[in-house]
Amino acid sequence: MKRYVQVENARMVFNTRQGEFVALRDIELNIERGEFVSLIGHSGCGKSTLLNLIAGLLLPSSGNLFCAGREIAGPGPDRAVVFQNHSLLPWMTCFENIHLGVERVFGATEDKAKLRQRTLDALALVHLSHAEKKYPHEISGGMKQRVGIARALAMQPKVLLMDEPFGALDALTRAHLQDELMKIVAETRSTVVMVTHDVDEAVLLSDRIVMMTNGPAATIGEILDVDLPRPRNRLALANDAHYHQLRGAVLEFLYQKHAHKEAA
Amino acid sequence: MQTRELKEMLTTTVLPPLLGVAFLIGLWGLLAQTSEALPGPLKTWHSAVELFSDPFYRHGPNDQGIGWNILNSLQRVATGFGLAALIGIPLGFMIGRFRFLDKMTSPLISLLKPVSPLAWLPIGLLVFKAANPAAIWVIFISSIWPMIINTAMGVRQLPQDYMNVAKVLKLSEWKIFTHILFPATLPYMLTGVRLAIGTAWLVIVAAEMLTGGVGIGFWVWDEWNNLNVEHIIIAIFVVGIVGLLLEQLLVWLAKRFSY
Ligand SMILES: Nc1ncnc2c1ncn2[C@@H]1O[C@H](COP(=O)(O)OP(=O)(O)O)[C@@H](O)[C@H]1O
Ligand SMILES: [Mg+2]
Repeated sequence: MKRYVQVENARMVFNTRQGEFVALRDIELNIERGEFVSLIGHSGCGKSTLLNLIAGLLLPSSGNLFCAGREIAGPGPDRAVVFQNHSLLPWMTCFENIHLGVERVFGATEDKAKLRQRTLDALALVHLSHAEKKYPHEISGGMKQRVGIARALAMQPKVLLMDEPFGALDALTRAHLQDELMKIVAETRSTVVMVTHDVDEAVLLSDRIVMMTNGPAATIGEILDVDLPRPRNRLALANDAHYHQLRGAVLEFLYQKHAHKEAA
Repeated sequence: MQTRELKEMLTTTVLPPLLGVAFLIGLWGLLAQTSEALPGPLKTWHSAVELFSDPFYRHGPNDQGIGWNILNSLQRVATGFGLAALIGIPLGFMIGRFRFLDKMTSPLISLLKPVSPLAWLPIGLLVFKAANPAAIWVIFISSIWPMIINTAMGVRQLPQDYMNVAKVLKLSEWKIFTHILFPATLPYMLTGVRLAIGTAWLVIVAAEMLTGGVGIGFWVWDEWNNLNVEHIIIAIFVVGIVGLLLEQLLVWLAKRFSY
């Protein structure tokens, strides 16, 4: 299905104390089913805003957004979000955090044993079966982020939305989770939109990289096709000329064509 | 090694408060030496032993054991405080959740909160035409503010992330309340409750002095009329210790519910 997620001429204006602030303009984007798309750009350019528009947490000032042919009128579990700072509810165990979403989506049609099984499967998918009864403050940052991903995946969303999901993690944990995410996405054939500011992460994981210009009134500058074969291996790619070429293209966009004003 | 740890614990956590108490008693003893009217620590101690050897006697309505007096005061506090929680906490939730209500009530709260609790006593006497409900009314009105204010603050400070989770999951209002709003607000609410119980216990002694009846406050007043200064000093200690215990109970509760 072409155009599984569709953004048509979207514009986002915030009302601030200093008056209207145009965050995004003229956003045109079509995402295919099963595609992995990254949004990359300098801090403050509007990546989260675009992701929140797809999530339905924000509504566009003008323009239209669709998911699976239906207009996006608000948030919903068919577009599960993995938030940057995990957003697990601290008073619930890992199991309960995931179960909350499972119950919401499948509670009307499935019995308790099935809901429980779905929750346990999601925990197993991110290799956290042993942390079932743990509270968020009892596990590491990387594990929390994995629970966040499990919570989102357990709802079997049409689209998985991730806002810098690994941004707060150390490099080793991040690499490990990226590899895990690649496997999970291949297994579940999920459609993913991920915000990142990490060039390597974007090239490694994506089918396409959406590169955004700087704000205010940011828009999509270029879209890069990442035609590296899957499954991808970070070690093999380290010596792959095409990988470096793609990486170079993103770097050039970010640091030459659209260098950050303050940084320049 | 172990004896050293024990020594360290003794010198850092046990010794200082003991020294503080010893200092107070020493000062008190010195003062008592110079003043005829003020009984010394030893005399007060003997009096206390006697008093607490039979805390639950009953000789008519105005002469009851210290235990009854404390329990009566605690009961008044519990009633007024319970009513305040019953109304103040839900009200706090609504004020925190709905901007309109917040704007509507905030001038009223700012106006009424600084009023001295005892200023409400005449109104209570006027409306209820009885001393006991008037005392409970004073407890109610003085402990409701911290509960409203802290609960509302907790709701307002709810991290946007949690609400985003609720929105993405499309939870029902009831689920949002039970699974997100209530647990997230609980620590704030308990702070309000702790502040309220401190005020309530402060106020009951003063209120009972004015309203009479069985209670630690009236007992103090009664002993003043009898010129029994030892009992007044004992009452001060009792009020202090009960207040401390109430506070500790709530600190302990709050610890159990913090994440
Ligand atoms: N609710 C809001 N009100 C006003 N301005 C906002 C709001 N959300 C985001 N912005 C502004 O929009 C711009 C884009 O923000 P954001 O999407 O968070 O950037 P990014 O995720 O790329 O770092 C920023 O300049 C930010 O200050
Ligand atoms: Mg962002």
